[in-house]
Amino acid sequence: MIARSDVQKVAALARLELSEDQLERMTTELGAILEHIATLSELRTDHIGPTSQVLDLHNVLREDSERPSLPVEAVLANAPDREEDYFRVRAILE
Amino acid sequence: MAWEPVIGLEIHAQLLTRSKMFCGCSAAYADAAPNSHVCPVCAGMPGVLPVANEEAVRCTIMTALALHCSIPEFSKFDRKNYFYPDLPKGYQISQFDLPLSRNGYLDIPCDGTARRIGITRVHLEEDTGKNTHPGTGYSLIDFNRCGVPLMEIVSEPDLRSAEDARRYFMQIRSILLYLGVNNGDMSKGCLRCDANVSVRPAGSTTFGVKTEVKNMNSFKAVKLAIDFEVARQIKILEAGGRIQQETRGWVEEERGTVSQRSKEDSNDYRYFPEPDLPPLVIDRSWVEDIRTGLPEMAGERATRLARLYGLPETDALQLTTSRAMADLFEHTALLVGSDGREVAKWLLGEFQRLLNDSGLEAEEHTVVRPEGLASIIKLVEAGRVSSTAAKTVFESYFRTGQDPESIVRDLGLQQVSDRSSLEPAARKAIAENPQAVNDYKRGKTQALGRVVGAVMKEMRGANPALVGDLLREIIGEQDS
Amino acid sequence: MTLHTLTIHEAGDLLRSRDISAVELTTAVLDRMSVVDDLVRAYITRLEDRAIAMAEEADRRLAAGDDGPLVGIPIALKDVLCLAGEPTTAASRILEHFVPPYSATVVKRLEAAGAVFVGKTNLDEFAMGSSTEHSAFFPTHNPWNLDMVPGGSSGGSAAAVAADMALASLGSDTGGSIRQPASLCGVVGFKPSYGRVSRYGLLAFASSLDQIGPFTKDVTDCAIMLQALAGHDPMDSTTARVPVPNYAEALQGDLRGVRLGVPKEYFVEGLQPGMEDMVRGAIAALRDLGAEIVDVSLPSTRYALATYYIIAPAEASANLARYDGIKYGYSAGVPSMWENYNLTRGAGFGDEVKRRIMIGTYALSEGYADQYYRQAQKARTIIKAEFDEVFRTCDALVSPVSPIVAFPLGQKLSDPYQMYLCDICTLPANIAGVAGVSVPCGMLEGLPVGLQVQAPAFSESVALRVAYAFEQSGHFVAPAKPELVASLAEG
Repeated sequence: MIARSDVQKVAALARLELSEDQLERMTTELGAILEHIATLSELRTDHIGPTSQVLDLHNVLREDSERPSLPVEAVLANAPDREEDYFRVRAILE
Repeated sequence: MAWEPVIGLEIHAQLLTRSKMFCGCSAAYADAAPNSHVCPVCAGMPGVLPVANEEAVRCTIMTALALHCSIPEFSKFDRKNYFYPDLPKGYQISQFDLPLSRNGYLDIPCDGTARRIGITRVHLEEDTGKNTHPGTGYSLIDFNRCGVPLMEIVSEPDLRSAEDARRYFMQIRSILLYLGVNNGDMSKGCLRCDANVSVRPAGSTTFGVKTEVKNMNSFKAVKLAIDFEVARQIKILEAGGRIQQETRGWVEEERGTVSQRSKEDSNDYRYFPEPDLPPLVIDRSWVEDIRTGLPEMAGERATRLARLYGLPETDALQLTTSRAMADLFEHTALLVGSDGREVAKWLLGEFQRLLNDSGLEAEEHTVVRPEGLASIIKLVEAGRVSSTAAKTVFESYFRTGQDPESIVRDLGLQQVSDRSSLEPAARKAIAENPQAVNDYKRGKTQALGRVVGAVMKEMRGANPALVGDLLREIIGEQDS
Repeated sequence: MTLHTLTIHEAGDLLRSRDISAVELTTAVLDRMSVVDDLVRAYITRLEDRAIAMAEEADRRLAAGDDGPLVGIPIALKDVLCLAGEPTTAASRILEHFVPPYSATVVKRLEAAGAVFVGKTNLDEFAMGSSTEHSAFFPTHNPWNLDMVPGGSSGGSAAAVAADMALASLGSDTGGSIRQPASLCGVVGFKPSYGRVSRYGLLAFASSLDQIGPFTKDVTDCAIMLQALAGHDPMDSTTARVPVPNYAEALQGDLRGVRLGVPKEYFVEGLQPGMEDMVRGAIAALRDLGAEIVDVSLPSTRYALATYYIIAPAEASANLARYDGIKYGYSAGVPSMWENYNLTRGAGFGDEVKRRIMIGTYALSEGYADQYYRQAQKARTIIKAEFDEVFRTCDALVSPVSPIVAFPLGQKLSDPYQMYLCDICTLPANIAGVAGVSVPCGMLEGLPVGLQVQAPAFSESVALRVAYAFEQSGHFVAPAKPELVASLAEG
């Protein structure tokens, strides 16, 4: 179960606009999914460390050398809104 | 009620690596055309992956060691998640709970003693892009700066005044310049500083509500902004009000801090370990290599120079605030071979004056070389120029880099210093200035000056002390 | 002309002997596509002109004596792999018109090997799904029965190979997205060990679970593809420097000395009637080939689903944060920036993607991260440790791939969780980072069934050996595929 207000908060955090209808549906669907997922709490993990990487790799570092950048046109080719060689966004209202 | 300010500083320093933190784009983005130092990785395009820059890690560890931090066995990167147009991936790769270093300190001079300022951590992350707002209703984004390696130095809230903070910041900056990891430029945003400011009744051990102060682009701004914020908070508390926890920006024109609504409605960054980057297992021998490779830090160098050259401690400290100045001092002193104090005098006197006039740091000035300064000092020692004339020579050398000997010739500043050349002129001047000579014989010692002047004019430059001695000798002879 | 029904190795022989040209082969495949894809709908983008140009280049290489096994071979790419200069959409409205200026490492490797790209295939949007029905554009149909799903998320890539619209294809597997559609479409699908193949240029879904792998018509072809794909990549910090063996050496034919574990937890109640018998029958065939079969237990298998559905959405919620309508892709174009973020993402992402972003954001959020995300990471440790333990005494594991065969389009759309259950046998391999392959082992109700072989990390050769031996044993000979053209006539 998840409260509708929590769903709204999460949607705001994730920057996803949801209509009233979608919010309703999402609350139900997420509630059901979370209920299934909650079974994980049964697992005793007190003395278990977390795994963030399955591989035993470490210290993967590269030499500090330059490589050519993309041509400006390629950087901006897919931009939905641009002005000369900049990306443009509408007012960043604070 | 006496109030005590409690201040912590968060300093962000861009590292002077060749390439960016997670890709091979050039990190030297200043003055580059917009979006010209950008690749799929730093632009956050779909499907790209970061690869960490080894030099950036080394610079961070080196800085941490210079700040007496401990380097853990294990460190990793984390994703800091938030939305903003200058953050192309929608998260910043940073470090959360296992940073590259912790628990260091810096001693800052304070009212004759030193206060130890704790350094919580020094960690590594990537810088964001830049937004500009040339008009209303829209902003322009340039990703050139995005991905440049950024080192974050966080202090404990151990600073107790704006002046403390300013001095702490200056010292950190000096260390970073010493290490060669940052260019110290605050005006271009290569070195940035935010302050966490709160106040509490003097003697209290609990913390008051703190505000974050940003946008301080100079040392002066750091002091003014923090002073303002402390005063603002005290005023509110004394009136019985409460401090709002918020971010405030320093506004130069208003000489005050102004509330800024936060970038994110909530600060839930949802940190989790960066899955695209394996963790770092920091080998102790690597740390030791970095430690032995540390350039001699300012404090130790000052002590050594004071001892070696018989300098007063204050002079030694001043000379070593900048690595370039200290290097210039030592190399010149070695060339001159004699008393280092003369070199110190020149550097702390004329050289510093000329730097101040031209608004340059010693690091930025490249004209004056040890060989040039040494030659001027030797010219004075040999009596070939007067000490006054030498200042003129030095200034010309500072501005043009022209070889000092040739400057002396061009400006006709050489003074004759050998007896045999001077003697005929001396005799002539005595003959041509009988009144002055008589005045001198009758006890008006200053009257000799006129005769000296006549010799100087005749010779177009002569060592005045030597001339004086010679005249006294000749006059003395004539008497006997 | 039946050139499109050839395998890579068969076509390769004919190309190298110059009995056929690369252009002929590619043309045959493109012709097949034009006849059949209106029914199957495996492709989002058909690359006709580019394919012919690449085939011409391949012919030049063949004429110059290049005998690489992939020269001139028509291959399809799941549309979540960047191909420079062509649309890469992730089957999403938010990237519908995105054209990357760079290619994925695997794409560059195949290109260097002389392959021909015939198209970008359909998928569940951003690889999130098990039926390809969550594509923002259209669903793909199973070539064995057009009313059924092909599986997902790499449904398009599986169907393309199953319908002979490509000799092989690339997919991606985060929780089963190669193996499950391979099983449902009756083709061979391989998920390499995590870190075996570069992810650079793969639109990320879950960074610690994603792997790219091939769909092929047989195991020999699979080995050829893996050979070209595997290996360390300096652009991907999570690729291992483990040397790549000669995978062809794994294609031996018998299994003497091989010990195979049968994990009892995979034979769940949810298995379709007949499925267990079929898989156990296949396992018996493996015994006949000389393998020792033992029962093993992976007790935490039942937690794999919850573990996966926390970790994957959590990583995805961050990986998809870059789709903001500013740098590329769809933008709602409203005058307020923050509103533009919300509307762009709200309209640009489909329902399943939004659900997963929400779960992931929730699982990482303050107050819930310990209970969900950190708990899941710990569960991951346990699950991986169980695999490590079981692989101490077994060379590989054999089990079902999917609890069910292909299901009707629309059947599982009303309850997201029902869809998630399709992956219970495949998720564990991604969580543990081990290799897994699905090889056809039977038909149930006229629909394909796959046998899963899981091998320890970087032991792809073992999985290939078991799969090849099984395939060559003759235990299962696939029936003739339905004539899709005839279906058109009937419809």
